[in-house]
Amino acid sequence: MIDVAIVGAGVIGTLIARELSRFKLEVALVESSNDVANGSTKANSGIIHAGYDAGPGTSKARFNVLGNPLFDALCEQLDVRFNRIGSLVVAFSRGERQILEELHRRGIRNGVGDLRIIDRQELLSLEPNLDDAALYALHAPQAGIIDPWEIAVAAAENGADNGVDVHLNFPVEAIEHSNGCYRIIGPNGEIRTQQVINCAGVFADRIHQMVAPPTFSITPRKGQYFVLDKSAGQLVNRVIFQCPTQAGKGVLVTRSVHGNLLVGPDSLEIEDREDLATTRDRLDFVRRSAGKISKNISFGEVIRSFSGLRATPNTKDFIIEECQQAPGFIDVAGIESPGLTAAPAIAQHVRDLLSRRRGGLEEREDFNPHRRKAIRFMDLQEEQKNELIRKDPRFGRIICRCESVTEGEIVDAIHRKVGARTLDGVKKRVRPGMGRCQGGFCGPQVVEILARELGNDPTEIVKNEVDSYILTGPTKCCEQQDQPAGADLMVE
Amino acid sequence: MDSYEIVVIGGGPAGMAAAVAAREAGVKKILLIERDRELGGILQQCIHNGFGLHHFKEDLTGPEFSERYIRRMEELDIPCRLDTTVLQITANREILYINAEEGVKTVTADAIVLAMGCRERSRGAVNIPGSRPAGVFTAGTAQRLINIEGYMVGKRIMMLGTGDIGLIMARRFTLEGAKVIAVLARKPYPGGLMRNVVQCLYDYDIPLMLRHTIVKILGKGRVTGVLVADTDENSRPIPGSEELYECDTVILSVGLIPENELSLSAGVKLDPHTGGPIVDESRQTSIPGIYACGNVVHVHDLVDFVVEESEIAGRGAAGFVLGCRKAGSGATGSITSGSGEPRPAPVQVLPGEGLKYVVPQRMRGNNGEDRLDLFLRVNRVYGRSYIEVKHGQDTLKRVKRLRLNPGEMERLRLNKGAMEKIDGSDLIVKAVEEDG
Repeated sequence: MIDVAIVGAGVIGTLIARELSRFKLEVALVESSNDVANGSTKANSGIIHAGYDAGPGTSKARFNVLGNPLFDALCEQLDVRFNRIGSLVVAFSRGERQILEELHRRGIRNGVGDLRIIDRQELLSLEPNLDDAALYALHAPQAGIIDPWEIAVAAAENGADNGVDVHLNFPVEAIEHSNGCYRIIGPNGEIRTQQVINCAGVFADRIHQMVAPPTFSITPRKGQYFVLDKSAGQLVNRVIFQCPTQAGKGVLVTRSVHGNLLVGPDSLEIEDREDLATTRDRLDFVRRSAGKISKNISFGEVIRSFSGLRATPNTKDFIIEECQQAPGFIDVAGIESPGLTAAPAIAQHVRDLLSRRRGGLEEREDFNPHRRKAIRFMDLQEEQKNELIRKDPRFGRIICRCESVTEGEIVDAIHRKVGARTLDGVKKRVRPGMGRCQGGFCGPQVVEILARELGNDPTEIVKNEVDSYILTGPTKCCEQQDQPAGADLMVE
Repeated sequence: MDSYEIVVIGGGPAGMAAAVAAREAGVKKILLIERDRELGGILQQCIHNGFGLHHFKEDLTGPEFSERYIRRMEELDIPCRLDTTVLQITANREILYINAEEGVKTVTADAIVLAMGCRERSRGAVNIPGSRPAGVFTAGTAQRLINIEGYMVGKRIMMLGTGDIGLIMARRFTLEGAKVIAVLARKPYPGGLMRNVVQCLYDYDIPLMLRHTIVKILGKGRVTGVLVADTDENSRPIPGSEELYECDTVILSVGLIPENELSLSAGVKLDPHTGGPIVDESRQTSIPGIYACGNVVHVHDLVDFVVEESEIAGRGAAGFVLGCRKAGSGATGSITSGSGEPRPAPVQVLPGEGLKYVVPQRMRGNNGEDRLDLFLRVNRVYGRSYIEVKHGQDTLKRVKRLRLNPGEMERLRLNKGAMEKIDGSDLIVKAVEEDG
């Protein structure tokens, strides 16, 4: 029997796993999907919020304000890109100024420092592309941007380096509890554990109900986004929110850590917890709503649209507590916005809950907080690039021309702990296919590299989930030869 | 730092034809850079025939066509760097490239020829809503997977868009035993060549559904179907007209975009109508010494016209280099941008009524030829009509056409007589439909 099983490998589950890997604990991270960071974590705004949004006294406010300052050290240790570019909540009418003041007061009560309401002149000097109607803004310098799946992948990798056992493709079908032991049952096996941490995102209520009567419910709330080419990424310098009004929150516009422009999300409650379809009407809404922020958003530069699901709880607040009817079962549920910001603080809090239950945790002497440095070839100096190419010529081959990703980086992403196994897994980790051609040129090459490195046939390589096959089989001529044309490339 | 007289970026038909023409014009130190492992570009995956009918007066496959240029490159001993990607170029004609043998390296050139080709418009760029399963490919990606890698991509295929690669691939899928349910065109006419519509769709009984589009892609792991809607006169889907088609694959052939990120890195000015550099009749861009040809300038229908244009660019670049050599500079990259003789203001060639674009967009009288070919596309289908070139009140040229189609590039030749009439004022090219 292991000590702790974490159900769900999103940013919450992976950061908890990594936090617990500091201690002498046997930890398993259990994920239903074919990769980590495949749920809400891979489709959200990627914003590290300042903390003025949530009501004072809520867990959302508390963990947001606790979480925000943790990102500098965490991202340094995990080698994840993070930029404190600041945020602006913009008022487009005099009436909206009152809302800014309310947010300002709330921020102060939540313990957020450095908030300031700035006037039009200062605002336009910071953000010249804002619409003429922009009058005031609440400026929060501590807000930042991050790649949400990058930090989850990095946390999973660092956790695994420190001994966390990661089980992908392990959909939890039942959890049985007896004599202080939880049996987590999946289609191909079970895990016996003393404690369970439920970080199952939009499915967290269902996991909870496997061990106890319902105490909360989760309703997925879909948000849709546009990603624009890097050529459009310079439109704004900060995260730009609209002043929340009675008509709703409005969409935000921000650049991403990679230099793209991100526009969205809307908000729509839905029933199907796996419905990630974008819809024309909602994307049209996003486009219209963003027009309030700036008339200069070049939607001709859109390279992708996507949607994500927020795990919205009926309790209106994060649920982070030990389940009363199931001792040792800790819910970490309803982690919608500002969940990404809160994640590192939530991980520490869960550690403390667990420590209390177990009567203390013993630290490991050999814990390594640093993930092995990511290789970002294009960010290196010329001599470093040449040195790397001399050591491994695969760094001299550009596979993704849009994002300038080398074969060496792809191979490295495959062979790390919790490495890439799929086309989307490679894309998530080192970005081939994220650019303007969306993988049109590099996709076949990435499939070939994956097959070669994993020792698989190319037809076995999937896009994301196990049923997302890409190729259906050899062509007629290759079938006759009984050997695909690319076969000679796979036996290197 | 290594220096060349001409560096050609791109080893497809455009780059090879430009390099060959430059060498034949007397340029010695040429380097061609190609990112793939072999020369030929996209032609290597175009295993169907129909290439070279104009240029070689023969019916060749893509690899056969490119083979002729590869051989010519070898005969002329033009050096190439394969598996090499250019990362950046500057207005001073410095080229930063990377490969496994040399690492990251900068070279200089007296002239650069841009021949990077184009890329396919993706699902994201055309914004098709729905889920994001596997099984959505652009036509060219599917073509590479099938013809180069040797793998099929699906069994029941719905195709959106009627670009030439898509039409060719509809036939290819059918020959490989897949079912192409239909090919959809948002507009009331197909986007590709009529000969491809006939030879690839009609001959194989593949339904062509004009005025239809995909409004939603369905499926979680893999595509399971699409919702198809009728479109209105603005090519927008008509609500309520949606119909479900079950399929496992969606192929997109929804347009090609000249790939000009490198051109932009040097500050080359682009034409919003073509997406490619603004060029003069020698295919010189807005930056002296930087030339461009092929699909990086505008998307061609036929490789025959690509190589024709590229020979012009190759000769243009050669003229520039040899001019520099005569003036006592150059050949070592010592000339700097704009240090040549002052360039007279060019005559502008403008797309008028009925035209999507016209190339070249500028005339400087610098290609040493006494005729000029204008390449153009119209903006919709026209019946009996004429295309004319206006120069002030003068009509320099007028040709009649029974039908004009945006999918078919038109060529208009101005001869010596017409050229002599041109003074400093602009040329306007237009297409006019005749009544009745």
